[in-house]
Amino acid sequence: MAEQTIVNKKILDVQKVRKDFPILSRKVNGKPLIYFDSGATSQKPKQVIDAITKYYFEQNANIHRGVHTLSQEITSVYENARATIQKHLNAKHSHEIIFTSGVTESINLVANSFGKKFISAGDEIVISEMEHHSNILPWQQLCEEKNAVLKIIPINEAGELVLDAFKNLLSPKTKIVAITHVSNTLGTINPIKEIIALAHAKNIPVLVDGAQSVPHMKVDVQELDADFYCFSGHKVYGPTGVGILYGKEEWLRKLPNYKVGGGTIKTVTFTKTEYADIPLRFEAGTPHIEGGIGLAAAFDYVNAIGLENISAYEHELTTYATKKLLTIDGLKIIGTSKDKASVISFVLDKIHPYDTGVILDQLGIAVRTGHHCTQPIMDKFKTPGTVRASFAFYNTKEEIDELVLGVERARKMLS
Amino acid sequence: MKIEETEKEKIEEFALFDDWMGKYEHIIELGKSLPMIEEKYKTDDRLIKGCQSKVWLRSEMKDGKIFFTADSDAIITKGLVALVICVLSGHSPDEILNAKMDFINQIGLTQHLSPTRANGLVNMIKQMKLDAMALKAKL
Repeated sequence: MAEQTIVNKKILDVQKVRKDFPILSRKVNGKPLIYFDSGATSQKPKQVIDAITKYYFEQNANIHRGVHTLSQEITSVYENARATIQKHLNAKHSHEIIFTSGVTESINLVANSFGKKFISAGDEIVISEMEHHSNILPWQQLCEEKNAVLKIIPINEAGELVLDAFKNLLSPKTKIVAITHVSNTLGTINPIKEIIALAHAKNIPVLVDGAQSVPHMKVDVQELDADFYCFSGHKVYGPTGVGILYGKEEWLRKLPNYKVGGGTIKTVTFTKTEYADIPLRFEAGTPHIEGGIGLAAAFDYVNAIGLENISAYEHELTTYATKKLLTIDGLKIIGTSKDKASVISFVLDKIHPYDTGVILDQLGIAVRTGHHCTQPIMDKFKTPGTVRASFAFYNTKEEIDELVLGVERARKMLS
Repeated sequence: MKIEETEKEKIEEFALFDDWMGKYEHIIELGKSLPMIEEKYKTDDRLIKGCQSKVWLRSEMKDGKIFFTADSDAIITKGLVALVICVLSGHSPDEILNAKMDFINQIGLTQHLSPTRANGLVNMIKQMKLDAMALKAKL
């Protein structure tokens, strides 16, 4: 308990934090909301909501277009947001930060553009068995189009990548490795730096899906030496519909266009178009302006608390929840890697995860149930789905106690 | 009994429970009365799309009336299917097609009608109506 007090009071004042998230004070089914679905989408602090509101109240204009004051002002705000994100990821240049609609679009962009230029018949693309469908389907489709081969790094029973198998998969035919930093289903934190080093030793670029890592830990793209790194705004306490693709300048310059249209050009004639430089070349159309601004506000918010503090507190929560949940008869945790983020997936005897989810919802507890867009993992662990509780730094140990009581209650009702 | 009459009966039945637990225990209980689909008909083409849990549904026409049998791997889903089948089974295609199914809201199960990816009830009812339409065409 002494340790818990220190964490709560000194590292992070969770009660103070909770006041920043207006939604956490609402009730669901007559009970106080307990939100354990941050892995699907995080809640937003009022600092983010205020930034979005301010945009519509005071700043709305199109960016990169007008000579008028509003347009110039908002262009600066938007480009400052890019700089905030660059700084947060420790990217070398702000033009290495491309605004997208989220991880899905970021990966589609790379799969399309990289694929167009660098993938031919017989080439190999390496992904892992624990990928979200968003990091499977774009590569699968590319392989089908180009007659290339998708190679899969297997995972072990604990839900960890089998690194020896990975080493053996890398061949002269391997053109790119696309891998998640943290598994959304298993919580496993992959040794990304090592994976990148192994791939780079064979001159193979690596794309990292950071959807589940950026919200919870410090990510330094230069230290990792990632070639591409992407994440979604809505999972990092920011708005929906915005995300980031970080790409090393040398790679972005080599990639052909993805979507084209307004904003991506220098000059256009019907015979020849000269395209803009990066990052604008990859940002066709009017962007999600308030999304970009809101995302920067989210980073300002978490940086004020300190991502190290957030990681430490969430680790504490996860350890506590793991210990507590394992006291429930018949409960089995899927994903037992020693290095885990704040995600716990479990199955309960033969009870269907959907049933457990419905009962927990009645108790005001929001968890995710199902395959979590990772059907290959469900196949591996031979279950139709799991119940997934994913925590963020606004959750408390008392809420975890409620979850444990709720699961016990569900088990009684459903057995 | 007309569809509206069964609906009314179900609304009254559920009104007896003043908390969610009673209501859900009753749904689980209803699942036990589900007219079970025969194992041999539990094929992929009878799986209802869009349910997080599996639901197999079979619709048969007898003397101008449609009878449903089903099963699910989740017990709350099974209860919800049983509830819907109890209301719709044994009626003509037209009666089934015209059923408003508003009783689900009135019972207080509105959340099961939201068109999320996880939710099967909407797709279940849709499939029953599609089957009714297909069987009507054969009349």
